[in-house]
Formats: sequence, structure tokens, C-alpha cells
Amino acid sequence: MYVYDEYDQQMVDARVADFRDQVRRRLDGSLAEEQFRPLRLMNGLYLQLHAYMLRVAVPYGTLSSAQMRMLGDIADKYDRGYGHFTTRQNIQYNWIKLDEAPDILADLASVGMHAIQTSGNCIRNTTSDQYAGAIADEIVDPRPYAELIRQWSTFHPEFSYLPRKFKMAVIASDTDRAAMRLHDIGIQIVRNAAGELGAAFYVGGGMGRTPMIAPCINAFVPIDQMITYSEACLRVYNRYGRRDNKYKARIKILVHELGKDEYTRQVEEEFKHLLTLNLEPPLAELERIKAQFADPAFASGLPDSLDLSDPDFALWVKNNTHTHKQAGYLVVTISLKPTGGIPGDASADQIRLMADLAAEYSFDELRVTHAQNIVLPHVQKAQAYALWQKLEAAGLGAANLDKIGDIIACPGLDYCSLANARSIPVAQKISERFAAKEQEIGELKLKISGCINACGHHHAGHIGILGVDRKGVENYQLLLGGSEGADCSLGQITGPGCDEDGIVDAVERATDLYLATRTAGERFLDTYRRVGMAPFKDAIYRKEPA
Amino acid sequence: MKILTGNDLKSGAVTWWTGEGWSLHVEDAVDVGEHGAEIAAREAAARHVVGPEVIDATREGDSVRPAHIKYRIRAVGPTVRTDLSLKRADPAAGNWVI
Amino acid sequence: MMETQFRFRTDEPVGDPAVTVDSFGEQTNASAVRIEPGDDARDLLPYLGRLRLVEVNFPVFGDGRGYSAARILREAGYTGELRAVGDVLVDQLAYMRRCGFDSFAPEHPLVEADAEAAMARYADVYTPTVDGRAPIWAKRHGLARA
Repeated sequence: MYVYDEYDQQMVDARVADFRDQVRRRLDGSLAEEQFRPLRLMNGLYLQLHAYMLRVAVPYGTLSSAQMRMLGDIADKYDRGYGHFTTRQNIQYNWIKLDEAPDILADLASVGMHAIQTSGNCIRNTTSDQYAGAIADEIVDPRPYAELIRQWSTFHPEFSYLPRKFKMAVIASDTDRAAMRLHDIGIQIVRNAAGELGAAFYVGGGMGRTPMIAPCINAFVPIDQMITYSEACLRVYNRYGRRDNKYKARIKILVHELGKDEYTRQVEEEFKHLLTLNLEPPLAELERIKAQFADPAFASGLPDSLDLSDPDFALWVKNNTHTHKQAGYLVVTISLKPTGGIPGDASADQIRLMADLAAEYSFDELRVTHAQNIVLPHVQKAQAYALWQKLEAAGLGAANLDKIGDIIACPGLDYCSLANARSIPVAQKISERFAAKEQEIGELKLKISGCINACGHHHAGHIGILGVDRKGVENYQLLLGGSEGADCSLGQITGPGCDEDGIVDAVERATDLYLATRTAGERFLDTYRRVGMAPFKDAIYRKEPA
Repeated sequence: MKILTGNDLKSGAVTWWTGEGWSLHVEDAVDVGEHGAEIAAREAAARHVVGPEVIDATREGDSVRPAHIKYRIRAVGPTVRTDLSLKRADPAAGNWVI
Repeated sequence: MMETQFRFRTDEPVGDPAVTVDSFGEQTNASAVRIEPGDDARDLLPYLGRLRLVEVNFPVFGDGRGYSAARILREAGYTGELRAVGDVLVDQLAYMRRCGFDSFAPEHPLVEADAEAAMARYADVYTPTVDGRAPIWAKRHGLARA
């Protein structure tokens, strides 16, 4: 994985000094809150419902054991002993003090990490496929390209005061594991007929108030023009994105209002101009970065079979591991969704344990997934049992990847001042209600957002739940049929909302209908797409006999 | 009644205007009447608070109950981590929020 | 009119008042123009020859359209004074310099020491713009900037 050179290190060190100075000026009164706020946001520091919240960047979700260990130590030293992994592959701490924030950034910088641009109207963390570099279905590892984007977008002087936040994702497989088309810019690295690499650009996706699936505006930008093309997309957005209404300021609105063709025309015109300016990093730079993403020293001649006589272990292998591109290895997902737990939260001890496990079993490398889980990308099959036992002992052994218990939930009203309703208690109740039926139900991606900002990605859930405020009382709407992958679709609302217990019952009625109606091999999403909303609506809203 | 809540600038802790200063405890909040915005502006300028807000509340015996559930959660802590609650020892705190 | 507090040019400042983009075309003896956030900087490209001062207004610092306007003008070959006016704070100066601004007329005067520190904070830059600074990728590979 990428390791900072002296230039990268200098950048984060200077940023720490910069922020330390800004905090000093805030505390001594020379900087007012309205001036300080965008600056602290550009360092990921929010003022939240209970305290300051710090969002640390995990570029394209990849981190080393040393970095993970530091995240655990930060939770203990500066917070209340835990962190929250987010739907953009980052980590958040909820109980930060402003005067300690520069020290936290300094600690992060010491392991090559930062909180740069994890908030604010700028280009945010670029996310990627959590199985990159480990899975056979990618045409290349997308992460070197995400690293190019990271560097290009960091402290970009023209694009730091955009109309709104800007989120990018990069994948290199037809299997979209990063919800690429639900980003402001999604890039899929592809090969053309001549075998050359290029970037397919999807621009104008997003969730929130007005969810949209990004259209493809250019199916093949030569890979050595990817940065220049990105710059063109951003410049058109910076110039013409709406600034009159915060809820209409994302690029998806611009693409929608101009129409895809006109937006594309403007981008292509700007692109033609920008190509004359030598903005693109040279091939040598890409090669330099790529070299750091070379395969680890995989052992050869390893046993390719697994002793599955322990049924709990067998279930975990079946659900939480994927075939690795290298014989004898597995891609392991650690679920941060124990039954009744808080989705995505991990204690400092658990974080440090995962760091140790990565060092012992996975070449020092971990990934954060946008589903709020952790991946150990390169685990020997021969060592999987020992690993699993340690995970089980630490409450990290839930065998529920992509099952109904593997819930994505935003922090909701328990933590977030933007929320209208709590999301975590709903997740906990669903997790407990379905624990016994989870395996029988099979793949079901359930996502909960505590408000329309959709940080829980509820529009993209096979089942989505949206919390709303109904005259000061928490209320929940149910959506069905969303999907975040290559078969991207947006969930449809079933009908009137209900309270917390009602929504859990509604989910059960929907899954009962699925179990009664499914044909062989159908997932919940497939059955829904086959039979449509009507039978589900009937089941959910039918009156119980007195 | 109207009360004032904010965060301590340096520590980020949730605070409530007591009439004289800022307390960590909602039960110390006073009715600011029509003066909330004025007090908020003055206290923010003096850097005693950040992000102050005037909110509705009712007095209940010794305590003060914010009208909206969001501010009751703010007063006590996340409902899903009662171990981090300001009212850790109070088993009724959860019900009070809802 | 706001005072120019910082200026990184050695030539004489232009004394003419800056006219609007709309009227600049008609006023053939005008050499100073003021761009508002909603203006298209490219409307000025036919007149670069006689332009000696472009003011870019930042009514609120969060409206970043002026950064694109500045860069576009420099990319087109404008070499006159490019002045950021309005809600300009210390923390925007470095980015503004990188986009081609060479003078600043903030609505509220800045603390000079803070401004100097802000502009000197980052020894290197990741991406090339119009300021001629070699980006880090060029330094890594011993490349001269175009």
C-alpha cells in the first residue's frame, strides 16, 4: 500500500501546523466562528450533538496495522474508547475537544494519516473497492488511481470552495463494490478493444434529498488523461453549480438541470482547453505509486482446502470470506455488526486487536468497507480457523456479511444534530429480531438513515429505512428495491411510515412474504423485482385480525 | 419556556445557560424569555460558548425538559450508550429522553 | 472602495475605477474591470490586450467561483494585475495566489504576520496551476514544468 514520501509527509505536517494556528486564533478571538467553521470542516472537525466530532480519512479504505493501531490509541487517548467506521470508509470519533484536535492530527501525521478534506465544500475522501488487490475480477488494482486522485484533490486551490461537498469513487471491476454510480464522480477503469486502459466517467450520482444514479458522460477517457478530465468536470461544477440553495447545490442537480448532454459538452470543451496545460501527472508517477501496491509476498504451495468440521466456523467461511485471486488465500470480512450491536462501532481494544490480526495474518493490511465492516485482504486458508477463533473471542465473529443483520446505519439522532430520528436502536431491534432467521433469509442489504441526508444510504438498500420527524415524534418510512451495485436502483417508498416497533414489524412482514414467495436461488431483491411493490405493500399494511 | 444550549468552545461539552454561566446539566437551565438571541450573541462573542441555540422547554419539578427529543438526547447522551450518559446512575433517564 | 492590502507586483497600480464586465466591451478606454461571481471570465478574453487590472469580487468567501475566473484569465495569457476583493480571509490567500491573484483588497484588513505565515506554510504543491510552481510529481521525477 502507499507509503508517504517526504513530500506527502511534509504536506500533512504543514497542515497540522496550519490547523494548530487556526485553533489558536479561534481560541484567542482573532478568528470568529463563521470564519473558523469552514477551516475546521476542511480538517474533518464538526460541532455535533454532544461534542466535536472528528472524521479521519482512510484513503480508499486502505490502512496498515500501524495506522489501525494508532486509530485505537486515539480512541483511548482523546475520545471515550471507541470509534465509528463510516459509509465512506473513514472513521469518526464523537467526543473530541477542540484544543486537543491539533494534537490528534499530529499523532495521525506520525503514521501518515490525516483528516484533510473529510468535510467542507471540497473534494472528500475518494473511496474504492474493499477487495482491491485481492480479488480476481478486477482488471487492475484501482487504488493507485485513487491515490493519484487523492494527491490531485488535496489542497486543490481552485476547488476548495465548491457549491457543496464532492465525493468520488474509483473501481476497476464490472462488479461494483463501491456504489460507484451513487457518487458525484464515479470512475470505472476499463479496457478498450485494443487492450488500453481508460476511465469511464459517471457524473452526477448521489443520494440525499434527490437521489440520482450517475449517467456515464464519457465511456473511455484514456487513463493518462483521467486527472485532466476530472479537473474539467470540477471546473464546470465550480462555475455553474447552484449556490442559491444548499439542497440543490450538488453536481447531480447541475447535470440534471443542464441535461447530461449539455453538461458533457461543457466538460469536453473545458477538457480540450485543459489538455494544453500539462496538468496530468506523468506515467512515471503512476508507476511509482503502482509499485507500492504490488502483491505482497504470497506463499506458494499452500493447502487450498479448509477443515470445515466446526459448523460455526464453516458458516463464517461461507458468509464472510471470498475467493482470493491467489491459491491458498481468502479475503476475510470482519463484521462490525454483532447481534444487537451498534453498526460500525469498534472499541479501542477491538481496533487494536484487528491491527494485530492484520499484522499476523494479512501482511499488515486492512480495509474499511462502505458497509462499515473491516476486511483482512490476504489470509491464508491454513490460518483462517485460528483467526476466526480470535475474532469470535473478541465479539468480532458474526457470520452475517450481506445478511439482514449486516445493517448499514448512520449514527442518527443519538449522535447527529442533523438527524430527525434515531437509527441505531432500530438497527439493534432488527438485528435481534432476525438473528435466528438471518441465514435462511440470505442476502439482504438493509440500510437505515436517520434523516434525508441519507448517510446510511437507505436509497440503495434492498430494504431501506428513513427516519423522519413527525410533529416531534420519531417516525420511519420503509423503502424496497434499492441496490448499490452495477444493477444500481433506487428504493421505492412503500407507504405511510410508522414508529420504531412498527418498522421492525414491517420489515418482518416483508421478509415473511419473501420467504413465502421466493423461487429457488432468489434473493430478497430478486423476488421484489419479480413481483413488484404491490404484494409487499399489501403484506406490510394489511390489518391484523382482531 | 425558552432555554439556551450550546457547546463549550474548547471542550465541546454540551452546556446550558444558567443565568450566570454555562452548566453541563440541563436542570440548571433558566428561562431566557425574549433575551435568548441577545445572550447567545454576547456569550458567543465572549467565547464562552459556540453554536448557541434557543430552544423550547418546560419546567418539571426540579428539572427542565426540552420540548424536542433531539435536545433531550443532547442533555443526557446517546440513548444507545447509557454508560456514557451524563445520568449514568439514573435508570429512568432512558424513559425521560423518549 | 477597499484598500489593497497586499500586492505582489512591482509595476504601478492602475488608478482607473473598475467597470463591470457588461460595460467593459463598450468602454474602449477602460483598462480595469470587476468580475462578479456570476460573470463569465471568458467574456473578457477578447480584451486581454487592454486589460491592466481585473478585480474579482468575493461577496462571501464560501463562493469559490472567483478562483476559476482567476485561473481562466491566467491560462488565457492575462498578465495584468489580478486582485481579489471582498470577503478575503487569511486562510484563502495561498489558494488565491495559486490561482493567479497577485493583489488582495480584503474588506476587513488582515493581520500581516498571519497572512505571511499562511502564504509560506506549504513548501510544495500537489497539482500544477498558473503560478508556475512545479508540482510534487514533477519534483519526484526531475521534470521541468511546461
